[in-house]
Parts: sequence; structure tokens; C-alpha cells
Amino acid sequence: MIKVEGLTKRYARTVAVDDISFEVEKGQIVGFLGPNGAGKTTTMRVLTCFLPPTTGKVTVAGFDVQENPMEVKKRIGYLPESPPLYPEMEVIEYLRFVGKLKGIASTELRSRVDEVIERCAVADVRTRLISKLSKGYRQRVGLAQAIIHNPDVLILDEPTSGLDPKQIIETRELIRSLAGDHTIILSTHILSEVEHSCERVIIISQGKLAAIDSVANLTNRLRGSEAVALEVDASSGRPSPADVQQRLGTVSGVRGVRLKDSRNGRLVFEIESLQGRQIRGDLARTVVNAGWNLNELRSVGLSLEDIFLQLTAAEQKDVEQPEGVQA
Amino acid sequence: MRSVFLICRKELNSYFASPIAYLLMAFFALIFGFVLFNATRDFIRYSFQMQFQGGGGPMSINDQIITPLLGFTSTITLFLVPLITMRLFAEEKRSGTIELLLTSPVTDLQIILGKWLGAMLLFLCILAMSMINLALLFAWGKPDLKPVLVAYLGLILQGGCLLGIGALISSMTKNQIIAGGVTFFVVLLLWLLSWSTANDTGVLSQVLNYLSIVTHFDNFAKGVVETKDLVFYFSMIFFSLFITSRAMESLRWRA
Repeated sequence: MIKVEGLTKRYARTVAVDDISFEVEKGQIVGFLGPNGAGKTTTMRVLTCFLPPTTGKVTVAGFDVQENPMEVKKRIGYLPESPPLYPEMEVIEYLRFVGKLKGIASTELRSRVDEVIERCAVADVRTRLISKLSKGYRQRVGLAQAIIHNPDVLILDEPTSGLDPKQIIETRELIRSLAGDHTIILSTHILSEVEHSCERVIIISQGKLAAIDSVANLTNRLRGSEAVALEVDASSGRPSPADVQQRLGTVSGVRGVRLKDSRNGRLVFEIESLQGRQIRGDLARTVVNAGWNLNELRSVGLSLEDIFLQLTAAEQKDVEQPEGVQA
Repeated sequence: MRSVFLICRKELNSYFASPIAYLLMAFFALIFGFVLFNATRDFIRYSFQMQFQGGGGPMSINDQIITPLLGFTSTITLFLVPLITMRLFAEEKRSGTIELLLTSPVTDLQIILGKWLGAMLLFLCILAMSMINLALLFAWGKPDLKPVLVAYLGLILQGGCLLGIGALISSMTKNQIIAGGVTFFVVLLLWLLSWSTANDTGVLSQVLNYLSIVTHFDNFAKGVVETKDLVFYFSMIFFSLFITSRAMESLRWRA
């Protein structure tokens, strides 16, 4: 459905996207993962014909974005990072406007507008001015706008950013419900977002493709090494942080130990394991054997930065020896 | 064409959804009415004088009220245009709604034409306020209608030209204040061109004089439609909208 070959986008001084190639099959949900400024938005803007590529060939549904932008635009629904809403319009007025703009015939317009209003759950604000809507409703109206012409491809730029947890869940469900008939690309910088809604992930970092894989494969690869938060009671002033850190560093399979917090009589460490090692049991035993009180031990998700480090340096890490204590 | 009208209607609606359209219409009506009142009062006083004392030349409402009044209106447009056009593109670029327009199956030219037409219609609404006042002159006097219509045609064409220039400048910035300010100075400059060269006969000053938008209005104000003025206005409108579409494209490449 979407085919990107050697896409490079250069701005005046910076290279935003550097030689990216990928393909997306019909009906798939693909997550576009990367930290801020990685080039996600730029890539999406090229796909939607908003920006022309500097070099490379991008086709959507068989149409080239540069040679046949009209055909591509007809088949794409796009929700930019901030929903493109006109504050002075009412919701229904806005959706009618977008519907006509996307070329929906006037005989179909009413039924299409009614359908997206229901699907995106904005029926109770249909005659409200957009400027009076809450962030969550705005996002939903933005989504309604993107699907109003029933596009083959849906491109969503950070669809859940700035929403509260309940709204995030609702939006995710909405996106998943759209999956069957649409090919969806959504960008995010939150890993769990991808796990929840996508089948495949494209990870980009600093404009370059870092990984492209199915979600299952990727999470397996990442779960191989884990980060653990460990809290030891030190209300009596003992043990000293250095002591604990040294002892934990000697546990086999540990790659590094970092002191995160030592206030209020507790010592909090973050410990990272080597690839493919389970270390929680050993850590617990070490603490208890030393006679300290173990307050908490839990696995923490890897941050996106860690993932990039792992993905880009995966080969070296496997052969690396334990580094021992890190200050 | 459907898309052009769609965008035009959207523009017009957003003008009338904010106070800007009403403010411009009200202030224009106020100023126009004030000037018309003064011109008419002087005219009546002068005609009384002539009746009692005799002498003096022939009196004409057209020459003594309407022509100077519409000439003055052409100057007011210079102030109105930046206020109308400053938001055209700048606001959409700032709020991000331009992404919606540019990723929809419409061409740049359709967007530009729609926006220009929307601005044009607001301009016509503002001009229409002056017709209420002129209707009074027609109700109680017997002015000649044709030169008035020609003068209005001139005002509309001159307005279209200036709105095109305003649209061009608005498409080059995200900032409405900059769009409005620059438009104002450019329009002012086009007006001033006719001042500096009025008494000069060199080739350069003739060219500058020709470029000045106001000099072409003078003929219309006298009730004369000349082909060269029509050509000038139409080519200016076309040219400014064409450059706007080029500017939008170049912004896409650089963006």
C-alpha cells in the first residue's frame, strides 16, 4: 500500500530524514516510533504530499506523491500533531466543510458526517463551537476529519499526545476499530503505545531507520534485557549507598547499577541486566543475605533512549563483559 | 470550481464569525458618511450662494460630490486592504490548518483563488455600505448614474489588485502583524509612486507612474473606462495570484 524507497528530506541546514526505505501492506497498523525530532513528522508530511521529498521515491496505493499528488491525497486521511481545526466553526459545520473539501458528493455527505460523528463519539458536541471544545474532543474531531472520506491510508501524527489516560484508551480503541478497512500509520514516542495498537514497528532515530520489525519480535528482543528498580531501607543510616552498589554490582548478569535516590532513609537503585539474563531473584537474595531490608523490587520499562542504544549497539553488547560498578 | 467556492465561503464565514468584518464595515460607513455629509453641506451652501448672488459656473453633483468622494474612497481602501488580507494565509499557517488544505485533493491555485475571492466579497460588502449613502443623493438629487458605476468598477478592480498583493504577502509569513504591516507599506508605496512622478516626464518616472495603482483609478473616477487601465488591473490581479502560488510552492520546498 505504501512504498518508500531511499527517502531523504533535507531542510536548509539539517537532514531531517536520511535514506529511509520501508513498505507497508494493506490493512496493517504500523507504529512509527522515535524520540522527538527523529524525523517522524517529516516522513509523514512527505507521505501526505505536504512536503516534497528531496530524493527518493514514495508511492501510496501505487501513485507517486510527486507525479500524482491529487490521487494520493484522495486516498489519504491525515491527522497532524495539532488537529487542523477552525475554532470559529461548529463541529458539524467543520466536518461538512472537510467532507466537501475531500470531494465527497453532496448526496453522500450527510450520511458520511453522521457516521464519523458516531464513530468518533462527538455526537454530544456536534453543534458546539470548536473553540469551546476540550482537548480530548478536539482530538476526536481531528480523527473524524481524517476518516471522513473513508481513505485507504490513515496517517496519524501522535494521536494520543496530550490526552488523559481515559481518553488515550478510547482513542486507541477507536484506532484499532478502524484497522480492518484502513492501512494505518501512527507515530508516537511512547513504546507502550506501539505495543497496544500496532502490528509492526518502524523505529527511526536521528533521521535514520533503526529497526523495522513486528511488535512481537521487537518486544522479545527488548525483554531479553531488563531494567530493575530496587529499594533498600536505610533509615538507621546504614547501609551506605556505596556499600550496596558495590555488592549489587557483583551479581552475575548485572550490567550496571545506578543510585537514583537516597533521601528519606531509603536507597533507590536502577539496575540494568545483560541481554537475556534474569537477575531479579539473584538481586533479592543478595540483599537479604547481606542482612538489609528489601523494600521494593520491580521491573521498569526501558526508556526509548535505552531502546535505541540497545538496537543500535545490540551486537557489541552481546559480547560485552560485565562492567561492574558504575557511579 | 466547486473547491474554489467552498474555500471562498469558508473565508467569508470566518470573516463574519469574528468582529473584523462588522468593524471594517462600520468604520467605513462612518468615515464615508462623514465625508459625504461635509461635501454635500458645502455643495448646498455654495448652490444657495449662487442662487441669491448669481454667477458662478454650472453645478454638478457628479463632479463636485461623487467624484471626489469616490477618489477619497480609493484612498481608504489602502488602509482597509491590509486588515482584510493579513489573516488569509498567515493565520492558517500559524494554527496548522494549512496542513488540512494542502493535504486535501485541491490544487494550490484553487486555495488561492478561493481565499482571494473570499477577501474580495468582504471588500464588496464594505463598499456596499457606501451605496446606502449614495442612494440618498440619488433619492433627492439627479446625478448621472453611469460615471458612478464606472467609478465603482474602478474601486473594485483596484481593490482586487491590492487584495492580490495582500494575499501574496500573507502567504509568505506566519505572523499576521508582519503580513498586515508589510502589506500596508507596500500598498502605501504603490500609492506614493504617483506623487513623486506626477510632474516628471522622464521614461523612468513614466514607468513608475504607470505602476502606481492609483493613477489607473483616476480615469475610472472621471467616468472613463480605458482598455489600458483594465489591462493593468487584470494583469496585476493575475500576476499577484500567480506569484502567490509560486511562493506557496517554494515554501513547500524550503519549509
